[in-house]
Amino acid sequence: MTATTQTPSAPTPSPVLTFLKRPLVVALILIAALLLLGEALSPGFASGQQILRLLIVAALLGIVAAGQNLVILGGREGIDLSVGGVISLSAIIAGNVMNGADSAILPAVIVCMAAGALIGLFNGLGVTLLRIPPLVMTLGMLGVLQGLLVVVRNGIPSGLAAPGLSRFVTQPLLLGLPGIIWLWVAIGLLMAFMLTRTVYGHRIYAIGSNEQAAHMAGVPVRRMRVSLFMLSGVFASITGICLIGYSGSSFANVGEQYMLASIIAVVFGGTPLSGGKGGYTGTMAGAVLLVILQGILTTVHIDESGRQMVFGATLLLLMLFYGRGRAMRG
Amino acid sequence: MTAATISPKPGGLKRLVERYPFLPALLIALVLLALNGFYQPRSVSFIGLTGLVKTYLALMLLAVAQTYVVYAGDIDLSVGAIVSLVNVVIVVMMEKMGGSGFSVVAALCVGLLTGLACGIVNGMVVAALRLQAIVATFATSIFFTGLALYVMPVAGTPAPAAFWRTYGGRFFEIPFVFYAAVVLALVLYLLARTRLSTQLLAVGDDAQAAFQSGLPVTAIRIKGYALCGVFAALAAFCITGDTASGDPLVGGKMTLFSVAAVVLGGSALSGGFGTVVGSIIGALIIGLINSLVFFVGTPSEWQNLVQGLAILVALMAGVLVGRRARA
Repeated sequence: MTATTQTPSAPTPSPVLTFLKRPLVVALILIAALLLLGEALSPGFASGQQILRLLIVAALLGIVAAGQNLVILGGREGIDLSVGGVISLSAIIAGNVMNGADSAILPAVIVCMAAGALIGLFNGLGVTLLRIPPLVMTLGMLGVLQGLLVVVRNGIPSGLAAPGLSRFVTQPLLLGLPGIIWLWVAIGLLMAFMLTRTVYGHRIYAIGSNEQAAHMAGVPVRRMRVSLFMLSGVFASITGICLIGYSGSSFANVGEQYMLASIIAVVFGGTPLSGGKGGYTGTMAGAVLLVILQGILTTVHIDESGRQMVFGATLLLLMLFYGRGRAMRG
Repeated sequence: MTAATISPKPGGLKRLVERYPFLPALLIALVLLALNGFYQPRSVSFIGLTGLVKTYLALMLLAVAQTYVVYAGDIDLSVGAIVSLVNVVIVVMMEKMGGSGFSVVAALCVGLLTGLACGIVNGMVVAALRLQAIVATFATSIFFTGLALYVMPVAGTPAPAAFWRTYGGRFFEIPFVFYAAVVLALVLYLLARTRLSTQLLAVGDDAQAAFQSGLPVTAIRIKGYALCGVFAALAAFCITGDTASGDPLVGGKMTLFSVAAVVLGGSALSGGFGTVVGSIIGALIIGLINSLVFFVGTPSEWQNLVQGLAILVALMAGVLVGRRARA
């Protein structure tokens, strides 16, 4: 912005303060603070090995949050509650297609991503063609997927991760970092490029901030929205595949915990649920922040009850650092 | 209306749906009830219906709780956790006080206050601190769950017989739950006539306009959450009467069903439009779908899927019909 836009009546905040208020900066400062706190509470928490382990968990969350981020950015109360179901389903499909064989990793990935895209397609069509609110549509879809999981799990064994996939997720691949971290970094770069440099990315912000105007400007709003839900399904399925590589085999409802966690990661990354502004770099930091917080709570010795209370209260406290709604003005 | 605005008179049916937005839901519920009776005649008998009400009264109350928040365009993802918390609080208190009639009454009062307090906390966080309702009430739900685990770390403490015998019992040959339902209907009728209901709907319809016309928007939203907490506590009483024990995680699964019930009942999640009657019918629809899937003889592993699909279809129908009525 140029100096001419500054009005004398409203003093502009100092550049330092503006910088400090940026969501990404907030998240990074909070991450550093939490790491220091963790190290103080239990020495060794911030060691390289531990941080690497936290980053792997953060990558699992961060990848599904990428899809969630896109759906939320697209506005019109965009939200995807079905991601947890997609993750669970994709973990169990991947496990069974691979069944411990490295040669079957590629088919497993293809099948899972196709399943994720298909579920996203249904979500997107429900939201656009039938104009069902995203919360309702994806909530209903979650119920369907949970039912589908029961059917699938009764029919087939829980499956086994291929050793190659487990290595990719847990063992160092390049520069001491496991493949999943590199995958996450690649996704981060792609998302950043897409959101800032491509027409598709600009259109996401356009439909997110003013759908009517975007429509007038010739943006195929419906097709955009369907594609966002499909991407969300695909990203969730990737997390599902990596999750089985992380744990070795899938168990009941592995994905459930990712439903609201992915939304919180997006919010902690500075993308408001109203959509139209924000980005994925912040979400990545948000995912790391959330995982470190959980990591601290599992290291300190308190009861499960105390852990949950502290976790809930801390989430609320952290939310205060991010965009709060505007106060009513007369 | 002047002569200049002569337009094709809306059909009688449309006007009816406009006036009673829950009519489509009622129709769906009646069809489901008929299907239930077709596949299992005993399910529509007096005993069968008593069982249905006894099992789903809790969800009906929770749907009502959710409705008051949805009126104002908010949402409460912590209702299930409030149910769990109130459940363990009253069970532990009744047990500590010996399980007498007095202890039951005292525990229920404390339970109501607990629900109220949780609701006020939610209201403060969402309306006063202006955090986003979905994530903020999810955070409070984690907190409430922690509290519930603190009160009762593992499930299993039984509720005293004085409590669940009353809930499952009969007075003058009429099951207790029907008295409860009648009282509930009366309370809801009175609540619907209060200013608060109208104010909540006004805030949900257009918060800015409500504010500019002088309504204390923040206070109204907090009141909506408080009301929600109280009804969640009532739902917890029913759960406790039905399961006769304490479980710190009992309500967790009910949150999303309460939202589904509200939508099934024809209320708009965006706020400003809805009825509690619709939400009650919505909860009944979920119950009737569940029992119908069972009565039809669906293999057990397929039941969840069929239920999920049926609820999804009903949700879509609810949204579509509701919109047609308002358009």
